Amino acid sequence: MSNNEYTPGPGHYVAPLEETPLAAVDAVNVDEKPSNLWRDAWQDLRGRISFWISSVLILLIVIVAIFPQLFSSVDPTKCDLQFSNQGPSEGHILGYTKLGCDVYSRIIHGTGTSVSVGLIVTVLVFGLGVIFGAIAGFYGGWVDSVLSRVGDIFFSIPYILAAIVVMSQFKAEDRNVWVISLAIGLFAWPSTARVLRAEIIRVKQADYITSAKSIGLSNFKILMRHVLPNSIAPVIVITTLSLAGAIVAEATLSYLGVGLPSTIMSWGNDIGAAQDNLRNSPMTLIYPSIALSITVLAFIMLGEAVRDALDPKARARR
Amino acid sequence: MARYIFFRLLQAIPVLLGTTLLIYFMVFAMPGDPILALFGDKTPTPAQLEALREQYHLNEPFIMQYLRFLGGIFVGDLGTTYSGQPVISVLQSTFPVTLRLALIALILETVFGIGLGLLSGLRKGGASDNIILAFSLLLISLPIFVIAFVLQYLLTFQTSIFRPTVGEGAPWGDLILPGIVLATASVAQIIRLTRTSVIETMGQDFVRTAYGKGLSRGRVIPVHILRNSLIPVVTYIGTDLGVMMVGATVTEGIFNVPGVGRTLFQAIKQSEGPTVVSFVTVMVLLYLILNLLIDLLYAVLDPRIRYVK
Repeated sequence: MSNNEYTPGPGHYVAPLEETPLAAVDAVNVDEKPSNLWRDAWQDLRGRISFWISSVLILLIVIVAIFPQLFSSVDPTKCDLQFSNQGPSEGHILGYTKLGCDVYSRIIHGTGTSVSVGLIVTVLVFGLGVIFGAIAGFYGGWVDSVLSRVGDIFFSIPYILAAIVVMSQFKAEDRNVWVISLAIGLFAWPSTARVLRAEIIRVKQADYITSAKSIGLSNFKILMRHVLPNSIAPVIVITTLSLAGAIVAEATLSYLGVGLPSTIMSWGNDIGAAQDNLRNSPMTLIYPSIALSITVLAFIMLGEAVRDALDPKARARR
Repeated sequence: MARYIFFRLLQAIPVLLGTTLLIYFMVFAMPGDPILALFGDKTPTPAQLEALREQYHLNEPFIMQYLRFLGGIFVGDLGTTYSGQPVISVLQSTFPVTLRLALIALILETVFGIGLGLLSGLRKGGASDNIILAFSLLLISLPIFVIAFVLQYLLTFQTSIFRPTVGEGAPWGDLILPGIVLATASVAQIIRLTRTSVIETMGQDFVRTAYGKGLSRGRVIPVHILRNSLIPVVTYIGTDLGVMMVGATVTEGIFNVPGVGRTLFQAIKQSEGPTVVSFVTVMVLLYLILNLLIDLLYAVLDPRIRYVK
């Protein structure tokens, strides 16, 4: 009874205390760059074959779009009816269209149209989407309610249908790349705005935003320096994918006859012009279709590679 | 539930008003004179112009024209096409055909989309998964008119498996090929959605529990995995209707299906601006109503939705 010291009972094992040397705690490598979403994404992208295939394809498409003369010396507007729907011959490797124009040259010169419509729409959608989405998400309250309802209205009209209405109000000679891009972009932005708004509402609650507020940064600076850079990733993804959507939209509208006039080289126009002769000379229709599909494929592949790289959850799904 | 339906209906009203107003405003604000366009190359006399403007109420201010249109919708008057037929009677004869086409497409895309998506999700990383993923990427990249022409060429001109255009009265058999084409527009998205959803569900604890208590794959896959993976797929079908409307316009035009889409297709080809506007408006209204119905259906399926606000 003399010993009133505490003795651990049987079965209680207490691990010997091993002190972590202080030096080890302090040995943080300051030179090592901190982990960062963009660097991680780049690491991930570099290892993807689909990223490299699509990048090379897109690079090629852009070069063709900027310098079509390098790839075809034949004038796409020089048509001769005596060659109507004829097969390939020397210097005209893909044959002739119904009007006797060179199919290959028309495809090469049509690249620029698709790429520029894709780019203009993307810039427009990105711009409108970021402005509407950022303001609605960041300021909230009645501003958010009003902007979100406006977005709902634009979102409720499938954008190709809306573009059909807009384009059908223009005479053929008034239609050009800018008009069609505007018609598509005007109705394609709400999905971008929605994605950004949701992301900003999420980011806004982070501690670093509170600390930015507490050091007295103005709302606008917080938005530009902290909120936007941290919520832009999903917007980048949806924007890349919308580029492909814009190219399809232009081709669909041109194919339907409410797109670009026949004086502008466009794959959609070429497909539309070849449809009546599908039975006899299918290749006149197939070649521009292949060009269109490969371009769309390249942008979708890139978009999906970027999406998977930026989304750690998607990496797990692979 | 009644509360949810009430608020959901209330929400739909401003969107309905907004979309119709937006379409009307676009037409109003755009350059060009629809009456002048009606005459094509001919030059009408000012009296003719005035009479037609009067007839179509184009001399009234914008808001009056809009209200007149809006009032018309409630009494089933959607205006007349430029060939003089009331839009509503054109719809009565064409809508059933489009509905049948959409039904075929919907069945095909859900059966193949969910089936292939499930297979691909269950065999994540395997050969069949990679093949299905590559196939879906290809389908997403092909614009619908390209698919339509390729299938029309291969299956009707080359092999005569199907008839190239739809016959009188649009029998079901003739609608299969256009239905396949229409389905390809969304089947790839459904495959991917199902795959992602299946993979996520497979990682859930209740699936492990189900296997752990000795249930067979034949029971776990349909009952535990598939059923719980379908919610995002059902929602997708709602947004997909917009894609389908554009798809139907192109498909019905190419295969000459006498539906709503072909009417729009022909109106576009013949540059009948006002008819185009009427039909797009009808399609947008239809799209909104169908989405509303799907939202309500969704609330029936998933009780969690009802209690959000």
